Amino acid sequence: MKFISIILGGVLISNFVFIQYLGLCAFIGLSEQLETAVGMASAVIFVMTGASAVAAAFEQFILIPLNLQYLRTIAYILVIAAFVQLVEIFLKKTAPGLYKAMGIYLPLITTNCAVLGVALLNVAKSYNILYSTVNGIAGALGWSLAIIIFAGIRERWKLMQIPDVLKGFPLALISTGLMSLAFLGFSGLFQGILK
Amino acid sequence: MNGKRSLLHDFTKGFIEENATFRMVIGMCPTLAVTTSIVNGFWMGVAVIFVLTFSNVLVSALRKVTPDQIRIPIFVILIATPVVIVELMMKAFLPDMYRILGVFVPLIVVNCIIIARSEAFAYRNPVLNSLLDGLGIGMGYTINLMVIGGIREFLGTGKIVLFSLGSFPAKPLFDPMAVMLSSPGGFITLGLLMAVLNILIKRSEARKSAGQQVCHD
Repeated sequence: MKFISIILGGVLISNFVFIQYLGLCAFIGLSEQLETAVGMASAVIFVMTGASAVAAAFEQFILIPLNLQYLRTIAYILVIAAFVQLVEIFLKKTAPGLYKAMGIYLPLITTNCAVLGVALLNVAKSYNILYSTVNGIAGALGWSLAIIIFAGIRERWKLMQIPDVLKGFPLALISTGLMSLAFLGFSGLFQGILK
Repeated sequence: MNGKRSLLHDFTKGFIEENATFRMVIGMCPTLAVTTSIVNGFWMGVAVIFVLTFSNVLVSALRKVTPDQIRIPIFVILIATPVVIVELMMKAFLPDMYRILGVFVPLIVVNCIIIARSEAFAYRNPVLNSLLDGLGIGMGYTINLMVIGGIREFLGTGKIVLFSLGSFPAKPLFDPMAVMLSSPGGFITLGLLMAVLNILIKRSEARKSAGQQVCHD
């Protein structure tokens, strides 16, 4: 039951983009084309799942026994950086087109606050390694859902007449706000069912 | 003379010319997440000023011994140091604020503003310039956070609380719109603010070009 509630919570109820404001730079920067958005989403799913598992293990086996929890921020950022490097090498070999399309944003996953955010939130909620991994997957799926829906919306803008002053960021933020309003509706949905 | 003016410019450019939120559109997550009131925005801003100045000075001081290929990981470590300091200080002296800002205090370490200033400015400029750049950009960012926080607080609660001075006005002026305090309110406020800013910029540009045409005639 706890797994279901973590997954539903991560994907819908406390969606990273719409409710928790995490990973917005990449969300807005990479959502102009559906293809790029899908690529970024897959990279984020891989990095976020891996990073939350490795970070949770790091916490349990190194930081807690050595009483070094105050170094958590620095330790986590290193773990994430190593993971991003791995994804980068992997993509460069297997999908060079996608690698090129993502450009600067792939190394920027390191500074994607959603990835570090989920690792820190896992600690705050005192999840064990298994729950942390599930929470990482759920958060990443929620983030991917958000960016893919949003990229679909943005592709339609090309066919529309938009006032000059709203072009680009203002309209992106306002539509994100409206979608977030929709996601806010999930907040009460499962309260009775899942405790 | 020239050197002095450039120092002053390094400080002042963070307020308007290179304003982090509105001109460069970076550091969005905390801009939206912690701006539910002026006070929250202020303390987040103070934390960012400290980290940005500290990390700019460190990066700039070490720029000659930093190998080019691995500069980004080095920046991240240099940035993480002041972030941990801020985190521990806040936990000790402002525990309530630390609880409100939550995960966004350690997340300063991945705030694009900090790493962007390291890469674009501190890595190429002397220590004093970098110090002023950090202060300027940080203060500009703090003002943004407080403005957005003020708007959301006023619309969301009907009043504004200014630190220990109490709230103005004492009673809400209208039925508070609670949605402004939750996530959609943040996105929509920032989006509309940017649109208004675009209108203002367009107007001033139109006026300038109209003035130039008069001169040509």
